[in-house]
Amino acid sequence: MAWTWLHKLASPPHAYRIAGRLAPWFGWPAGILLVAGLYGGLVLAPPDYQQGEGFRILYVHAPSAWMSMLVYGTMATAAAIGLVWRIKLAHAVAAASAPIGAWFTFAALATGSLWGKPMWGTWWVWDARLTSELVLLFLYFGYLALRASIDDRERADRASAVLAVVGVVNLPIIHYSVNWWNTLHQASTLTKLGKPSIAGEMLWPLLAMILAFTLYYGAVMLVRLRAEILCRERDASWLRGELAS
Amino acid sequence: MSAGEFLAMGGYAAYVWPSLGITLFALIWNVIAARRLHARARRQALERAGAAGGQS
Amino acid sequence: MPRSTASAMLLVYRRDLLIAFRHWDQVAQPVVFFAMVTTLFPLAISPELGELRAIAGGVLWVAALLAALLGLEFLFRSDHADGTLEQMLLSGHPAALLALAKGAAHWSACGLPLVLVSPLLAMSLGVPAQALCTVALSLLLGTGILSALGAIGAALTLGLRRGSTLLSLLVLPLVMPALIFGARAVDLAIHGEPATGPLLLLAAMLIFVVTLAPLAVAAALRISVE
Repeated sequence: MAWTWLHKLASPPHAYRIAGRLAPWFGWPAGILLVAGLYGGLVLAPPDYQQGEGFRILYVHAPSAWMSMLVYGTMATAAAIGLVWRIKLAHAVAAASAPIGAWFTFAALATGSLWGKPMWGTWWVWDARLTSELVLLFLYFGYLALRASIDDRERADRASAVLAVVGVVNLPIIHYSVNWWNTLHQASTLTKLGKPSIAGEMLWPLLAMILAFTLYYGAVMLVRLRAEILCRERDASWLRGELAS
Repeated sequence: MSAGEFLAMGGYAAYVWPSLGITLFALIWNVIAARRLHARARRQALERAGAAGGQS
Repeated sequence: MPRSTASAMLLVYRRDLLIAFRHWDQVAQPVVFFAMVTTLFPLAISPELGELRAIAGGVLWVAALLAALLGLEFLFRSDHADGTLEQMLLSGHPAALLALAKGAAHWSACGLPLVLVSPLLAMSLGVPAQALCTVALSLLLGTGILSALGAIGAALTLGLRRGSTLLSLLVLPLVMPALIFGARAVDLAIHGEPATGPLLLLAAMLIFVVTLAPLAVAAALRISVE
């Protein structure tokens, strides 16, 4: 009985409608939390003992980095589901998520670089976290490039799904080896991209921002998913009725 | 804290504000891009439905 | 195709090896590329062996990786073009094992020559004699890892225009861990320290990859050939 619910969810017209109704429920709370988090982080939180006002970059850097990895994991999971159970909607979710995740990774790298400059004096450091983010960006690019190079949609779905799964299996290995590599060559003055010792007033805006980014991802992904469904179902009969309403 | 002090961010303004700017740009851009993508897909689907309806 | 999977694998391995060595130039190309790229660094940086020795581990490994990447594009291409690949997939033998055989043949024809040449190139970069064994061993493991991971990329990009560039883009992030440990092993050996830690990690990676990659390759081949 539970499977019928799941199958119904995976049916394109149903998914299209539900995505449309859910998106604002993700989007508006995301916006509110974003404003609250930014206010708390930029205005209310006291300056850090070591990094002064500069630490406030944390409030955009950490959520971006967190989301870059969460989205990749979601993308790979959706891809695996699409591959194993042959559910086209899952492939559509993966396709919808990838560009969003890539942008989060870019934001994490840019803000990480801007954070590093005043702290360590250079625009780029081969810090373990930044290097891992860079490799993650390469993985996203590879995924997007593979999808773009294959004209046949079904082959593109399944090939990129294999790539996503291979990538997610390798991700812990990459993280571990980059960490190990970084500790080898660490100068004593270089520390991990400083998370300041976090006190209560500093913490809640961070959590708000992370939650905001997560809900934001949900909202934007659902909109992209609707676009994907329309493209994939171009000749289906349910479209005419749906679009007329 | 005065508005001037707030903007100066203890001397880190050149790093904090661009960081915020880049992140907000990424967030806003993704919303715009997603909506445009959906609008275009809708338009194309309507055209196809219209053409098919016209033929039948 | 023979009855037992083992003999089928052997058949595939020997056939691919024969085809590879029929075209000597294709076997030699990665080796020459390896030598040329290694030569670029003294030209670009300095002829001082002392300076070169400091970067030798990284240079050798990067050059070997790039050279091994060169040959990957051809792993499935000719078999795909003449229909042999489809035959293999339809043969009823597990595609993963046949892919393993093909990968092993590719490594024998492409990766192994790089390993054999590496001590010579290492000496040219000032690597002391005590470290040459580690150089060869690390590259032996590393080229194996690259062949396995590269086969996944080759299967995914089969038949695509500009597939070789895309292949490199897909495969390079995956081999970065091997690069980190391999270059580190060579560096340790150059300084006279035991390199067993990184080498063991490389070996573990090789086992992991050789066990799982054929499954991904088989899945990717089915997707690309259908």
